[in-house]
Amino acid sequence: MKLKVAFSSFIPLIAAAGLLWYNANKPLVANMVNPDADNAGLKLPAGFGALRAAENVGKARHLAVTAGGDIYVKLNRPKEGKGIVYLQDANDDGKMDDTKMFGNYGGTGMYIKNGYLYASSDTEVFRYKLNENGQVTNPEAPEKIVTGLIERRQHESKSIVVDNNDNLYVNIGAYSNSCQEKDRTPGSMGRKGCPILDSAGGIWQFKASKANQTYKDGVRYATGLRNVVGLDWNQQNNQLFVMQHGRDQLHDLFPALYTVQQSAIYPAECMYALKKGDNAGWPYIYFNQDLNKKIVAPEYGGDGKKEGSKEYINPAAAYPGHMAPNGLLFYTGNMFPEKYKNGAFIAFHGSWNRAPEPQAGFFVVFQPFKDGKPSGKYEVFADGFSGSPEKTASGRADHKPCGLAQGPDGSLYVSDDVKGTIYRIVYNK
Amino acid sequence: MAQKSPAKKAGTAKPKATGAAPIAEDGKTVYAQNCLSCHQADGGGVPNMNPPLIKTDYVLGDKDRLIKIVLNGFNERVEIEGEMYNNVMPALNHLTDKQIAAVLTYVRNNFGNKASAVTPVEVKKARGK
Ligand code: HEC
Repeated sequence: MKLKVAFSSFIPLIAAAGLLWYNANKPLVANMVNPDADNAGLKLPAGFGALRAAENVGKARHLAVTAGGDIYVKLNRPKEGKGIVYLQDANDDGKMDDTKMFGNYGGTGMYIKNGYLYASSDTEVFRYKLNENGQVTNPEAPEKIVTGLIERRQHESKSIVVDNNDNLYVNIGAYSNSCQEKDRTPGSMGRKGCPILDSAGGIWQFKASKANQTYKDGVRYATGLRNVVGLDWNQQNNQLFVMQHGRDQLHDLFPALYTVQQSAIYPAECMYALKKGDNAGWPYIYFNQDLNKKIVAPEYGGDGKKEGSKEYINPAAAYPGHMAPNGLLFYTGNMFPEKYKNGAFIAFHGSWNRAPEPQAGFFVVFQPFKDGKPSGKYEVFADGFSGSPEKTASGRADHKPCGLAQGPDGSLYVSDDVKGTIYRIVYNK
Repeated sequence: MAQKSPAKKAGTAKPKATGAAPIAEDGKTVYAQNCLSCHQADGGGVPNMNPPLIKTDYVLGDKDRLIKIVLNGFNERVEIEGEMYNNVMPALNHLTDKQIAAVLTYVRNNFGNKASAVTPVEVKKARGK
């Protein structure tokens, strides 16, 4: 495979420093990687190919790729006591052949910005200084940036992203499905003025380079978000975009109001473009993608039709229910065809809450964007992670896509938290 | 911008009036209505979320402890067969003694499990404590 794009057109300035080092050590025509003969088991649009860059790394959640093409992966649970995997490719064939591990905590967040690797446990955010080769200099002594975040088992992961102004955004998921008096208990009504929202159910903003911050140092940047796993900073709009996991169990909890079939596809999984102070309405409303409306939650007096308050923001885009968007990435690379530039890739981890109806998801979709707004219908970009249509329907997927990252050459990386496969998707027209 | 679900279902379709249906007392139906959405049709659960009901210590072991999981729910930071699960199991004490006995007997004799039946008397005793 030849890289189509000339180096001159591929110079986001931040990458330039990394490339200097990169070029010093490696051949100038970089990224001659070959897709696997079976495209790593994935079904992709024409012209794309995929390889398994690594396998069996552990429960791989989010990942980040350095300017030199090395990969850092956050594991949900430490493996042999270590929660971050560092992968290197000695001979540039795309197959990562050296594995090192550090960090004694599990978690989800993994992000590189301004020469630092940021990583989150389910209660804290750390950062590690990277040297000019993109290697962590202080694996056993990271700076603790944020500490003391709430973790009450449910929606525990703390996804992270850093903007261009030294701000760190952290998702703090609600430790509840719909803020019922009794969580997930049939017929139980919603708690008035849901108290969970004080310290969870939203995105908090902290300083990206200040140590030992706690809630009191942070700002509740946006609220009414049940749980966000996939999030990214949109460089075109200079704006935070997040993917919310919508509430579960409409039929189980309110069988007189929702059929099993309705419960399987509603509510929508929503993409939100956030501004400071926004309220997306959880737990009071949910979004119905077919009615194209905010609907009052049954716990708060809804009947499946009654419209929710205008004070809550509308989603930027809405997708079928329960597919679990765990990764969001705005594509800024030059390897893929022009239509992908500045559009969004979304990794849908796959549903469980559709049972007994067939499960859905387990794929990466592409959402076209125009002028910083979703434009047109999403398309399935990478499918086949589950292994077969039967495995998709039963939810017994071989692999589940979770994190997304872009490589310095514009490759798209996808992590899998079932078997720990790291996929690399390339374009080779 | 909303995007239609692939399965075409009108958002306002009238649900069946399930409230009036007779109370099911066979284990399989009680499982389908109260457990399946979390523990799944095959009893295999959902990784990191809902534990499997296949040959676990809780399912095959002490019946009193098992009955109390259904009566009181379960929300503890514990490993189940070496894995952690982060969802919450609600108390399902609105189910009758007969229903709980039936569903637990069903669970203990399906999904590859083989263990003695749970009786309504045992459930009544556990509920009284
Ligand atoms: C809302 C989801 C949900 C529903 C509904 C539910 N469970 Fe659970 N169940 C869980 C979770 C989550 C745990 C583990 C909780 C923990 O780790 O603290 C669990 C634990 C258990 C356990 C002990 C652990 C094991 O895997 O052996 C048993 C037994 C069990 N559930 C049986 C049932 C039965 C029977 C029903 C129906 C009557 C049911 N559950 C309904 C979510 C659910």
